[in-house]
Amino acid sequence: MTDDARKFTSISRRAIVAGAGASLAAPFSFNIARAQQGNIKVGFPVPLTGPYGAEAQDQVRAAQVAIAEFNETGGLKGRMAELLVRDDKLNPGEAATRALELVEGDKVDFVVGSLSAAVQLAVNNVTKARKVLYNSISQSDTINEAKDFSPYTFHEALNPHMTAGAVGRYAFQKFGKKVVFLTADYAYGYEMVNGFQAAGKAFGIETLADIRHPLGATDFSALLPRIQALKPDILIISNFGRDQQIALKQATDFGMKKQMKIVAPILLYTGRLAAGAQAFDGVVGGTSYYWGMEKTTPSAKVFNDRFRKMHDGKVPSDYGSLAYAGVKTFLMAARAAGSTASEAVIPAMEALKYDYYKGPEYYRKCDHQSVQSVFIIESKNAPANDPDVFNIVATDEPNEANLRTCQELGHT
Amino acid sequence: MNGLSLDLLGLQLFTGVALGALYILMAVGLSLIFGMLTVVNFAHGAFYMLGAYVGLWLMMHGANFWIALVVAPLAVAGVGLAVERVLIRPLYGRGIDYPLLLTFGLSYIIVELVRVAFGNTGYPVDTPEALQGAVDIGVGYFPLYRLFVIAATAVILAALWFFLEKTSFGLIIRAGARDPQIVRVLGVDVSRVWLIVFGLGTGIAALAGLLSAPLQGVIPEMGGPILAEAFVVVVVGGMGSLAGAAVAGLLVGIVVSMTSLFAPEMSRVAIFALMAIVLLIRPQGFFGRAGLMS
Repeated sequence: MTDDARKFTSISRRAIVAGAGASLAAPFSFNIARAQQGNIKVGFPVPLTGPYGAEAQDQVRAAQVAIAEFNETGGLKGRMAELLVRDDKLNPGEAATRALELVEGDKVDFVVGSLSAAVQLAVNNVTKARKVLYNSISQSDTINEAKDFSPYTFHEALNPHMTAGAVGRYAFQKFGKKVVFLTADYAYGYEMVNGFQAAGKAFGIETLADIRHPLGATDFSALLPRIQALKPDILIISNFGRDQQIALKQATDFGMKKQMKIVAPILLYTGRLAAGAQAFDGVVGGTSYYWGMEKTTPSAKVFNDRFRKMHDGKVPSDYGSLAYAGVKTFLMAARAAGSTASEAVIPAMEALKYDYYKGPEYYRKCDHQSVQSVFIIESKNAPANDPDVFNIVATDEPNEANLRTCQELGHT
Repeated sequence: MNGLSLDLLGLQLFTGVALGALYILMAVGLSLIFGMLTVVNFAHGAFYMLGAYVGLWLMMHGANFWIALVVAPLAVAGVGLAVERVLIRPLYGRGIDYPLLLTFGLSYIIVELVRVAFGNTGYPVDTPEALQGAVDIGVGYFPLYRLFVIAATAVILAALWFFLEKTSFGLIIRAGARDPQIVRVLGVDVSRVWLIVFGLGTGIAALAGLLSAPLQGVIPEMGGPILAEAFVVVVVGGMGSLAGAAVAGLLVGIVVSMTSLFAPEMSRVAIFALMAIVLLIRPQGFFGRAGLMS
């Protein structure tokens, strides 16, 4: 068990005990009465402070777009939506506490948010115990599995199996079969490597080494000479945020791009802007969304324009857009159901066939995973301050065959 | 392990030396300040970060990397002088934990001020054009900029050694560290010596921060991890010893590098394992004098 996971179980257990006490104190019928009148409240815990602050702020901006659109089109029989933003500080304990306050104190109708595997599981533990709908907007394989899933759990984000699978299928046939993994030593990294390995079986890939680095490393130079000596076709770097930026920068400094293709499961739009063109130049990775697809996808154009209008001409990021879809699906399902009651919204969510910003999507019934496209992007040498930083080089169309099966996940 | 060769070991050793260079620069300041002032300077990481940010600010306003490399350490040394004069001086003679807590709090304030001024997210710093790319060092290709960091560290260490061992001011510093009371009796203004040592230490930390910027970018929290590693170097090398900081810095760099080759997950733990072993065998560190803490 990782450190994160251990922290998460001990804290969520405490949170559940606290929550159990609180729900005993509040009369149940009162909860129901409150929930069906007044504004529709969407609780939104995201890590505004901490290393993913830039992503979280963009998630707030995109969620505001979804709320504004819903309210302008009449809300739900005159009921307007409002967004309750909370800072989870990228900490599972903090997130569980904030989620509990949102559910018990603010009596939110829906919870959308989080930006880390451990944090989303902590939030999910709080919401599913109280039968409140939660849509997670960050990557996780675990949340699909039967032991963490509940009927109240939805997952709008991609999962590592889909993302690494799509990137792997593209990279292995194009760049070669000899692979070295450089992986952050925690759940995100392991899940990504599993995804690449699963996709790689069909191509007969050869893993020369799987090198783990501690989370939050600031220097990768000691790991690089060995990778150069192994002479792989592909170096797959599975880490996130600042770790990714530093690893790519130092690999570039060591001249490794001349010897091998560097691939990452996810290339972040904000991360690429923060690190500059030099480090990311030529790196291939996956994403759930890139704003540049507006040239070919009408719904992306509509969403981007609306976002630009509300936020001084900015374009939405990948994780921001997930927040837009995560909030919008609940609101649209509630409108279709004519109610915000969880039991009414769940079938409406399961029936949604939506194209809000990236082409067609729907939630698979067994695990409520959003079945959607994955885009393969390559970073280009764009000048500073140019927002057009990626080329979309391939698209993995929405296909349940690219997900783990319901049986594999333990759903019956 | 596949892919293992003598060339790889050589290159790995060299990587360790380059890593050690930054540890050394951080540790000498920390060690000097502790050795002379008996101040455990927890703000040392914040000064490291401040050096990087002042350099960044200069480069944003048209200065090139080389000008920033000279000006930023001087500016941060100035801040260090002010901190010693105004905040730390009133605490002398009150026990080691007073300045420790003060600098600990100060580090939070500096980091927060930088967050307010520059934001949370950090900035990339491109490698100066003349030092981009990798060169063949006989056992393999090695980034030119890292070679420069090693060279810069060697120059600073040589200058520092000359200053401490060969100048009359250095003699006063060494005497002040051994017995401040006698030095005072001899008519030397010890407080002025301490002021300059603190300024010098923070200036070198700032230089290390700016040197690290093209390797890893800058971020307000960048001083945290390196401070912990620098403390290890100081403890292993011996509090207050310049030679100790240099030898231990290299050793820690090489230990990190070699563990990274064979068991990368253990690389961070290895530093502390090394410290534990040294403390068991030689509690005062390689070159430290026993009883300095008491």
